[in-house]
Amino acid sequence: MTNEIAVTEEVVSNVAELAQLRVAEEDLEILTAGMNNILELANQMQSIDTSGVTPVSNPLDATQRLRTDEVTETDQHELYQSIAPETEGGLYLVPRVVE
Amino acid sequence: MSEAITERTLTEQLRDLSSGEYSSRDLTEAYLQRIEYSSGINAFITVSAEQAIKAADRADERRAAGETAPLLGAPIAHKDIFCEKGVRTSAGSKMLDNFISPYDATVVSKLRDAGAVSIGKTNMDEFAMGSSNEASFYGPVKNPWNTERVPGGSSGGSAAAVAASLCSAATGTDTGGSIRQPAAFCGITGLKPTYGRISRWGMIAYASSLDQAGPMARCAEDCALLLTHMAGPDQRDSTSSSEAIEDYSIALKSGISGMKIGICREFMEGLDSDVAAILDNCRTVLSDLGAEFREVSLPNSHLAIPAYYVIAPAECSANLSRYDGVRFGYRCEGPENLEDLYKRSRSESFGREVKNRIMVGAFALSAGYYDAYYRKAQQIRRLIKQDFEQVLGEVDMILGPTTPGPAFRLGEKVDDAKSMYLQDIYTISANLAGLPALSMPAGFTEAMPIGAQLIGNYFCEAKILKAAHQYQQVTDWHKKKPVVEKAS
Repeated sequence: MTNEIAVTEEVVSNVAELAQLRVAEEDLEILTAGMNNILELANQMQSIDTSGVTPVSNPLDATQRLRTDEVTETDQHELYQSIAPETEGGLYLVPRVVE
Repeated sequence: MSEAITERTLTEQLRDLSSGEYSSRDLTEAYLQRIEYSSGINAFITVSAEQAIKAADRADERRAAGETAPLLGAPIAHKDIFCEKGVRTSAGSKMLDNFISPYDATVVSKLRDAGAVSIGKTNMDEFAMGSSNEASFYGPVKNPWNTERVPGGSSGGSAAAVAASLCSAATGTDTGGSIRQPAAFCGITGLKPTYGRISRWGMIAYASSLDQAGPMARCAEDCALLLTHMAGPDQRDSTSSSEAIEDYSIALKSGISGMKIGICREFMEGLDSDVAAILDNCRTVLSDLGAEFREVSLPNSHLAIPAYYVIAPAECSANLSRYDGVRFGYRCEGPENLEDLYKRSRSESFGREVKNRIMVGAFALSAGYYDAYYRKAQQIRRLIKQDFEQVLGEVDMILGPTTPGPAFRLGEKVDDAKSMYLQDIYTISANLAGLPALSMPAGFTEAMPIGAQLIGNYFCEAKILKAAHQYQQVTDWHKKKPVVEKAS
């Protein structure tokens, strides 16, 4: 990888798909510039030799704690669904996927 | 009592409540009036007046019945990133403008169990992404010291509320400096504890390996009291630490004679001369109290911002994928199909900065770029962490600036993302390493407060709180208060 990773409008459109965002044609240029602005900062890392360095995924290098597999939560689906945009019969409603 | 009850510290208020000087209801009503008077600051997204008065009355009844609790009847505010049952919890976003939380964050329930009264939810940058509070769906917060300036971010509402005496203490969160930078800009004390010290359950996630909750208050003594009642392991947060909690208030009392404090060479190079002079004074005061200083080096600190702006967006893109317009939050009008529902619900309700970070994160995690960006950033993070481990093996803590300068003007950096990101240059490395760090008021420039930062070793919150408390026993920067004008 070189220091010159910069994204094109085509890459940005593809990333928008991955991120489930709709980008209007007229916003593409400004979004591309915005991303390249951040990536320019990020590219400062590329010149640093990190071969053999273990990545940090938890700042305390802690491993995931396991618990006993027991039910501790009570069923509150009515409460949780009371804030949903649309529900029916305990299910979340979305536009029809399969005709 | 010559000063207004709203201007007393949390510790003083608890003493007053206990001696019957005034009631929790008196104090809560006084704050509610002041919040209305100062509404031009825009520090609150939601004021829970009715609920707060009921809780205050209950606290007064409990006290009258001889009950006690560590924070009984003390009104505090929560950053609007903490879920509070039955109260709108927006995270400063249009996406959650209609979200009435069905549950409490652990921080909220712990502070309530300790007796605190929640008076409302404070304004913030959307999903905690910002350093100026200008990225809030509810409009920017104004700095109480000068309303043409920003309060900092993302916990800008909490910082402004404490500075303007709209509450004596508030909760905040810090992913890259979001407690310390606004604390510095508003002239208050704020602590970001060690990663995992406080449960993240119910705290709306931005970057999960960096996010940490913490107290914001007038002084270190109040922060210590709050931390004692916020910290601890939680079954519901597998990253919360089971490391023993101290009574941080008791730990404050001893002196700092013989304490070793490092001055980081890289933080001082090119530092603004006013900030440097303020830090020099701070160093003199701490020396007079018996601390010993030496120069230390964090050679990889210049890589903290580049690494952060890969790691935080990557984690943000994963965390914010849950907002899909299906189960809660904003849903677009008349979706054509499921994909249209997802995309428009997200695109219509996320602000510009949030979208930028989601996009950068999705890119950094995408096939072909993961190693060059995400993995690389996590390796750089190791180098930064190792630098700190070495230095903190030699000294108890590091003294440095919190910010490059005083609060900047509203609008000044809003269209210049990079310049905004560089605001966090001194705060971000503590998040990457997971270390505790505190900002305390240490002087003024341009009639605006400046903060000094103390970064300590893992789980050594007591030490940095003690150094700050001892400093505040012989200085009065933390006692300065802005004059807030009535909202027009």
